[in-house]
Amino acid sequence: MTFLPTPSQTVGPFYGYALPFTGGGNIAPAGEPGTITVHGQVFDGAGAPVPDALLEFWQPAPDGSRTGAPGSLRRDAVTGAVVGRTGVEFTGFGRVATDADGRYVLRTLPPGGVPYISVCVFARGLLHHLFTRAYLPHLTDPATEPLLRSLPEHRRATLLAVREREGVHRFDVRLQDDGVHEETVFLAFE
Amino acid sequence: MTANPLVLTQDVISAEIDQARRAYAEELKEGAEPRPHPARGYRPYRSSVARHPRQPLVVVGDPDAVELSGPVFGVTDITDLDSDLTRQHLGEPLGERMQVTGRVADRDGRPVRGQLVEIWQANSAGRYAHQRDQHPAPLDPHFTGVGRCLTDDQGRYTFTTIKPGPYPWRNHLNAWRPAHIHFSLFGTAFTQRLVTQMYFPGDPLFEYDPILQSVTDEAARSRLVATYDHSLSSPEWALGYRWDIVLDGPAATWIEEGR
Ligand SMILES: [Fe+3]
Repeated sequence: MTFLPTPSQTVGPFYGYALPFTGGGNIAPAGEPGTITVHGQVFDGAGAPVPDALLEFWQPAPDGSRTGAPGSLRRDAVTGAVVGRTGVEFTGFGRVATDADGRYVLRTLPPGGVPYISVCVFARGLLHHLFTRAYLPHLTDPATEPLLRSLPEHRRATLLAVREREGVHRFDVRLQDDGVHEETVFLAFE
Repeated sequence: MTANPLVLTQDVISAEIDQARRAYAEELKEGAEPRPHPARGYRPYRSSVARHPRQPLVVVGDPDAVELSGPVFGVTDITDLDSDLTRQHLGEPLGERMQVTGRVADRDGRPVRGQLVEIWQANSAGRYAHQRDQHPAPLDPHFTGVGRCLTDDQGRYTFTTIKPGPYPWRNHLNAWRPAHIHFSLFGTAFTQRLVTQMYFPGDPLFEYDPILQSVTDEAARSRLVATYDHSLSSPEWALGYRWDIVLDGPAATWIEEGR
């Protein structure tokens, strides 16, 4: 017997005290060699930045392990304040609210076993979150990656982060085609 | 009096809600599968218009193992007071004290154990402790309206809080949200992620609210409404509500053994 799912509802604009947390975009331990930066902006169908989106990231550790670890939101038991990850275990989970200009920054370690970081997008106006993948160009061979191979060139490009310089990649999320830029490929899992 | 065509009235929104509902009934009649989730684009909710993808989602029939796993949380991610929203300040918040409890399960009915449940809500006057909430209702110095907990071995969560008030928003003229609590939930797979809202039984605002009505399937919509449960109320203390949650996700997450 299967149970019927609870419907999704929008995250709305007022999740600010509840969901984002200090250091939410710093999955990599401070100073860890090999840390990469993935950053970008979220845009709507008018090409305007989305200042109240929330992005979540999930990925395997560099060694390919997918078990994650608790401690992404580690708290001080006395004050309740977020004290940050231990830097010993790799939690694999990040969460960043976009700023007034729709920007986010993620600092992490390269995923092992897959060439991408899983992304989940929430925002006011989204009744259901959106899944996508940020493929890292230096890890990705589009000719062998089944999802990328299945997409026409102009759609595929929306999933590929753009290398800006060593260790820094840009990945924009476009919720809708704005007449100039292609809409990001969003995924459904069955 | 002539209607100002520049003002988006409740009548216009209600007509659109009705239209979407009838279109859905028509789809069902033609043999479509019931849709438990809202459509991504739902015009009565105006913020969705420029923010939802217009291209069909690309179906990944065979999600990677990483997507069938997900973040884990533990005792270090929460503190004891996080699940009692009435004890996070020096004084008690104003409002109707209540306990909300329920079970989080997957579509096979298996409990989702040890996962994070996060909630946020307005205070009893319908105001969020958020800079951008401009509703001229009083802030409560004793209420932030944020809670979190981990589900137990049966997948249960429990929060102590106060009943949130309804509040106005600017979707259209005279738009009011029914009282609700926002919920964020994690399953054992990243693809089971759910952010949703819990409503209170019998709220007269239901039919006017494009966010609730975006779930065009009536049975699915009713699953967003908690049940008042007198056996959960405690004498001289709090009213009790029950709200169970079922996480969706690709079929592969139902047959994979829970960790
Ligand atoms: Fe709300």
